[in-house]
Amino acid sequence: MDYSQFLAMKQEIALLVVFLLVFLYDTFMPKQTQKGLPAFTVVLMLIATAAGFCSHCLGSAGDVVAFAGMYQTSAVIAAIKGILNIGVVIVLIQSIKWANSEAMTMRRGEFYELLLVTLFGMYLMMSARHFLLFIIGLESASLPLAAMVALDKNRYESHEAAVKYILTAVFSSAIFMLGLSFVYGLTGSLYFENIYFALSTKLSVMLVAAIAFVIAGIGFKLSLVPFHLWTADVYQGAPTSVTSYLSVISKGATAFAFLVVMAQVFGSAYSRVWEWMLYALIIVTITVGNLFAIRQRNMKRFLAFSSISQAGYIMLGVIAYNTMGVAALMYYVLVYIFSNLAAFGVIGAIENATGKVSMDDYRGLHKTNPRLAFCMMLAMFSLAGIPPFAGFFSKFFIFTGAINQGSVAIYVLVLIALINTIISLYYYLLVVKAMYIAEEECTIARFKSACSERLGLIITVAGIMLLGIASCCYSSLLDLTSVSQMQMYFIH
Amino acid sequence: MLSNILIYFVVIPLIMLGGLALCRNIRQIRAVAVIGSLALTALSVYLLVDFLALRAAGDNAPMLYVDSWTWFEPLNIHLAVGVDGISVAMILLSSIIVLAGSFASWTIAQPKAFFLWLILLSTGVFGFFISIDLFTMFMFYEVALIPMYLLIGVWGSGRKNYSAMKLTLMLMGGSAFLMLGLIGIYYHSAPEGGQLTWNILEIAKNDAISHGWQTFLFPMTFVGFGVLGAMFPFHTWSPDGHASAPTAVSMLHAGVLMKLGGYGCFRVAIYLMPQAAHELSYIFLILTGISVVYGAFCACVKTDLKYINAYSSVSHCGLVLFAILMLNSTAMTGAIMQMLSHGLMTALFFALIGMIYGRTHTREITQMGGMMKILPYLSVCYVIAGMASLGLPGLSGFVAEMTVFVGSFQAGMANYLAGEGSLRLVFTLVACCSIVITAVYILRVVGKLLFGPVYDEHHLTLTDATWWERLATATLIICVAGIGCFPNFFNNLIKATFTPEIFSVLGM
Repeated sequence: MDYSQFLAMKQEIALLVVFLLVFLYDTFMPKQTQKGLPAFTVVLMLIATAAGFCSHCLGSAGDVVAFAGMYQTSAVIAAIKGILNIGVVIVLIQSIKWANSEAMTMRRGEFYELLLVTLFGMYLMMSARHFLLFIIGLESASLPLAAMVALDKNRYESHEAAVKYILTAVFSSAIFMLGLSFVYGLTGSLYFENIYFALSTKLSVMLVAAIAFVIAGIGFKLSLVPFHLWTADVYQGAPTSVTSYLSVISKGATAFAFLVVMAQVFGSAYSRVWEWMLYALIIVTITVGNLFAIRQRNMKRFLAFSSISQAGYIMLGVIAYNTMGVAALMYYVLVYIFSNLAAFGVIGAIENATGKVSMDDYRGLHKTNPRLAFCMMLAMFSLAGIPPFAGFFSKFFIFTGAINQGSVAIYVLVLIALINTIISLYYYLLVVKAMYIAEEECTIARFKSACSERLGLIITVAGIMLLGIASCCYSSLLDLTSVSQMQMYFIH
Repeated sequence: MLSNILIYFVVIPLIMLGGLALCRNIRQIRAVAVIGSLALTALSVYLLVDFLALRAAGDNAPMLYVDSWTWFEPLNIHLAVGVDGISVAMILLSSIIVLAGSFASWTIAQPKAFFLWLILLSTGVFGFFISIDLFTMFMFYEVALIPMYLLIGVWGSGRKNYSAMKLTLMLMGGSAFLMLGLIGIYYHSAPEGGQLTWNILEIAKNDAISHGWQTFLFPMTFVGFGVLGAMFPFHTWSPDGHASAPTAVSMLHAGVLMKLGGYGCFRVAIYLMPQAAHELSYIFLILTGISVVYGAFCACVKTDLKYINAYSSVSHCGLVLFAILMLNSTAMTGAIMQMLSHGLMTALFFALIGMIYGRTHTREITQMGGMMKILPYLSVCYVIAGMASLGLPGLSGFVAEMTVFVGSFQAGMANYLAGEGSLRLVFTLVACCSIVITAVYILRVVGKLLFGPVYDEHHLTLTDATWWERLATATLIICVAGIGCFPNFFNNLIKATFTPEIFSVLGM
């Protein structure tokens, strides 16, 4: 065996090292130093992120296939891993206060270790070139998450959410693997490449069923409608840090993995089979997510439905089926990480200080906590796609990417998505209205948020302000994707 | 980048935003707002003079001060600026109204936040008028829309929650269509294999949008901008929004923001898709014709001063779109004149209504009377604004409406004689009726509100305008009278834009 192949897995190995160090710290360091664990993890993760970008900038992350074609990496994949790493760093920073709280004393280490394991799983999922590796990644990205959802063990909702999550995760994996068995039956291989070429000539009912099952299986993870039913309860029940991790990192990774699978495995069946499936799914997802979000009063449930509809927008990058779509999807995920984490940062800060998560409690927030209200407003504007915040640019580019596909049907789809942005603007403005316009006395007293929470908010707000205006982010992503080997799959 | 004069129209508001953020008390805030808007006004006057000098020196390019800086290189998005006579006129209008608006909100509550949003709004407005790149144009357009929500929601009155939400959602709904239209234009902006572009001048030069796509994209963009131009049946945000908004916001919104709609309809929809404009203009002519008459009738039956004026705006802005759709040089010049005239006049109206409301705490004309005796200065201003609105010669309204109707009649007759139907002619006649209806509602208000017996004895103790109120109104009145007395100056400024080259693009 050629051990130099491991060099291709630089980012995974870095993550593994971080994981081991955190594990050793948690196990062997004396009790009085345990409070340093969160900061320790942040620093390590920061180094891993920076190293990932450095090796990426140095150009060593070319297109590499390793381990007998099971594993692949490229500049694009390295970039999406870097983007997710940034998100993880922010989540880690935001969770410091919660992780150091009284109730978490005994479980602090578990949170960080489980988080890093799931991230490792997502890495494998995105880098897979064989469905076995993909499944390993998918499973190790889902099962530990259920344990994380249940971390708040004194709350009933947390347990309920964990059970719901694990049942759906298992169920969706089962459906996914059923689809895979069909694929194997059709083609006799689980290598992405072999399936791609074997499918290019055949079209059968079995293929349609196989693709439908695969989409359904991943759709559960992405919480596309009609596979979304677990989302709101899990988001509400899980601890806020876990929810934010679940809503941005897990979603972003799965979206990219989904794109890779659809392009590299089923690309040849694009216009015949899954374009229309995805078309319908996007419309239903965006619309239902939006309509349900209007009625929510709990902020976490509210963001759950908002994230469902955002997943629909992300899928526009998949249905675009071109390099612009890939770049727009990655950029959307990046911006979504910053916007959503800003919102969750505010929710987490308020929850840690007062325990309140209802939108009704946010009335008049700008009088008692003007800075938090301001951050929340920016997050809402960015999620709604209002310029000059980053969300506007990501929406614009994902629509531009989708329309680049060129068919009239796509114009109709984008129009539907655009009309849906109006509905989403309505409920995002409801939050702004509660904070700024409602005249009641605020039930949340003025409080001083922790340093870590403030740092997290500063980073996310800076991202919201700058990511769009600084054109280099999107431009460099587009440059990367247009030279990547992924391009060869985009043949209609 | 900073060597181009146009960029300062965005830079100055941004500096003002920074300055406001540092302000500690009301006096500093007022100072920043007034100095900033004075600087903007001075700059736009300088731009006007310089622009005319360049034109007089024989520079016949369609746009002057053209510059372009790359922003998103792979998509060919630039920060491209350039102005012609229409944009110069609009920039001048905006800066005057921002100045008057700053004076009109002298005593607003929470001044810092208010001015921050107001200046952000004007950043969007100026950015929109100087842009010739569709992407940046659209971005500034949306930047100008969203502050309205908070400005109305926080500082408004009456059913402000409802109105703010309705206004924001309807305008954003319009921009949803617009965004699709603009992306569509981008993908058809160059012939097969050419470099796609967002630049308006290049798109017009390429003339590559096929006929089929034009018939799809023209309605998208026209409706998108038309919503902001209060085109029937998408005008319903306007009365509620204006009635609930605070004074300066009503002024800016009716005076400037609604002009974004008309300007965009011309600059994007008609200029870039002339064939479709020719074929589909009848649909929108009918709609805008309805807004002209319907708005005027609605104004006749309302008793709330702001509602009356808001419906009158629907009528007058309908006339702008109506004239643009006539697709001939005279009517289009009239349309731009009407934008200027309506912008100044309606800002004056809203300023006066705000001042009267601030004293009497009611806007119902049934609960006021005899104001001429109590508030002579404000009442005289109100009469002047009213006379401008109903088209008294010597004031701006007459010039604008006269040009519009002459141009429309020309277009209508030309159509009729060429055997292309009499739709334009009929609708010109219908729209002409609005002059009479305007006189009805203006004179009704003037008679009831200003003359007649004093309705409420408490009103006798009211005091007349303060110095900043006098300043705000006097600025606007001078401009209204200026256009009315020297129409030729503005006519030449605007008409020079509709050169034969542009009309060859329009296919006329």
